[in-house]
Amino acid sequence: MLMLDRRTTTKWQHRREARDARLAAGSRLARGKIVEARDATRLMEAVIRPGDRICLEGDNQKQADLLCSALLAVQPAKVNNLHMVQSGVVLPEHLDLFDRGVAKKLDYAYSGPQSARIAHMLFGGKIELGAVHTYLELFARYFVDLTPQVALIAAVSSDREGNLYTGPNTEDTPTVVEATAFKDGVVIAQVNEIVDQVPRVDIPADRVHFIVKADRPFFVEPLFTRDPAAITEGQILTAMLAIKGIYAPYGVQRLNHGIGFSTAAIELLLPTFGEKLGLKGKIASHFALNPHPALIPAIESGWVQQIHSFGSEVGMDDYIRARSDIFFTGPDGALRSNRAFCQTAGLYACDMFIGSTLQIDLQGNSSTITTSRIAGFGGAPNMGSDARGRRHPSTPWLKAGAEADPDSPSSLRRGRKLVVQIGETFGDKNVPLFVEKLEALELAEKLNLELAPIMIYGDDVTHIVTEEGVANLLLCRSAGEREQAIRGVAGYTEVGRRRDRNMVERLRQRGVILRPEDLGVNPLDADRNMLAAHSIKDLVRWSGGLYAPPSKFRNW
Amino acid sequence: MEDLSFQHTARERAGGTKPIAIVGVVASGNLEVLVERVLPGTECQLEIKTAAVGFGEVWKAVIGDFVERYSPGGLRFSINDGGARPDTVSLRLAQAVRLIGEGGQ
Repeated sequence: MLMLDRRTTTKWQHRREARDARLAAGSRLARGKIVEARDATRLMEAVIRPGDRICLEGDNQKQADLLCSALLAVQPAKVNNLHMVQSGVVLPEHLDLFDRGVAKKLDYAYSGPQSARIAHMLFGGKIELGAVHTYLELFARYFVDLTPQVALIAAVSSDREGNLYTGPNTEDTPTVVEATAFKDGVVIAQVNEIVDQVPRVDIPADRVHFIVKADRPFFVEPLFTRDPAAITEGQILTAMLAIKGIYAPYGVQRLNHGIGFSTAAIELLLPTFGEKLGLKGKIASHFALNPHPALIPAIESGWVQQIHSFGSEVGMDDYIRARSDIFFTGPDGALRSNRAFCQTAGLYACDMFIGSTLQIDLQGNSSTITTSRIAGFGGAPNMGSDARGRRHPSTPWLKAGAEADPDSPSSLRRGRKLVVQIGETFGDKNVPLFVEKLEALELAEKLNLELAPIMIYGDDVTHIVTEEGVANLLLCRSAGEREQAIRGVAGYTEVGRRRDRNMVERLRQRGVILRPEDLGVNPLDADRNMLAAHSIKDLVRWSGGLYAPPSKFRNW
Repeated sequence: MEDLSFQHTARERAGGTKPIAIVGVVASGNLEVLVERVLPGTECQLEIKTAAVGFGEVWKAVIGDFVERYSPGGLRFSINDGGARPDTVSLRLAQAVRLIGEGGQ
């Protein structure tokens, strides 16, 4: 009876038993599932083991800040060498964990506000870097080789059983909880309040093990608010070129916008410049996008049919609630966002990504990472890449595919996602957008990384738009043409001044490069009066008073 | 601060009859352009006071393209630059030519 012996001697529930032991230790501090905030650090010490993989929910916006502080206060002798697997490294405390030796290794996607310090700590050896991911990629690894043992998450409210209401900023929570709770992990939620009945159930109670009531609401950053008053004439010109040179000829209806001022300018030009061109209903109707306040005038003017969101935006709650035809909302009326689904939508169901970057090289590779700032990528590499698994046709996708490969038979020819990099040739402090060599490569050499942190690879980029014109890289037939097409829109940067003028002119004659005059755009018309809103206050007016901007954007 | 000066011969005289025009403001990342119709024939002159040092080559390229494109014969430009980007400089120069040419042909 060898088989039976094997069955009785081999155990297959080690992880479940370990999880149950952690839960038992934590339960000593809890009444039901509820743990007092003052006991949060002891809870961490009870359920976390040295070397654990921890997801400390740091999303693009929503931050589990109380649980972060609690984790930071543990005794490093008890809890140490943690492997943090979180999408956003946003709070200073996220990095303090590494300074204190509580955490050792990091796999992440985005680090906007901490980009300078994270670079410093990587060089100083304080952080062992796994990889910088795109959101969807990190989420995917939660289910394969980076499954958290403990997830520390944030929600708006909870009932006594642990059903969670995340409110409009659901963001990463369902994905983090799915990976943790169904693989014998422990889920701890901080909530702003404990109620008898939650407005809607975003996370069912049987996936949540402990609840800590925070003394103040979790931190949310308004990341997607661009003040129209700060948009320059150069950005307006670039936006006009993008609308007339890309949106219109391809008929782009399904798309994602980056968060820069150039795309905010596009949003504010739709009801003015776009309307005059007769493009309403033909472009920009379906978005995978956070609720950008700058899109309010286009929504109010009937341009936009549907938006699915990664997360919410501070001040947009009442507006979204009142515009449920446009947004995804729950039975409580509030926005339901979901980063994993929205990233998937951006990958497979959008025909265009358009966004800014910090550096573009002569092959079209781009990165927001410099040797002094490691900002991470967020969703850009996912949005800004061709989905090789896509199988449904659409007009822009087929047209782009035909431009890239005119000779293949059309029934066997893949389409192409339009991946557009937009920006002014010189950025902040006259730093050139175009460079011979990306600083990301230097960083990779210095840190001995096997892979340079490229945000968007050149072979995924289809167009580059600057104030000097549109370069259509799909039409380039050689590396040399590609380089000159890029130099040809690089303006007065060194890269631009080193162009081969004859070759650039030939590319222009072939329509690879489109100048403002080729598109019938007069740079002198690029006037701030063309924007549908000139200020945050104008956006409030367009929204009928429903948009409530955070105080740092109020100057009236 | 750096002072730069450029002399060009344009293809033809600038349009319009206005003697003077001013566009832009002196501010960080911006510039003020005073343009006067005071030079004979197709001569063109640009005097630049700039807050950004070491961008002579870029100015030369920007102004060369500007003269080629807008043919500002007879005009003298006095520029107070607060470190504007080249594309902003191009735009302000073009605006100055448009403004001094208004009411003319």
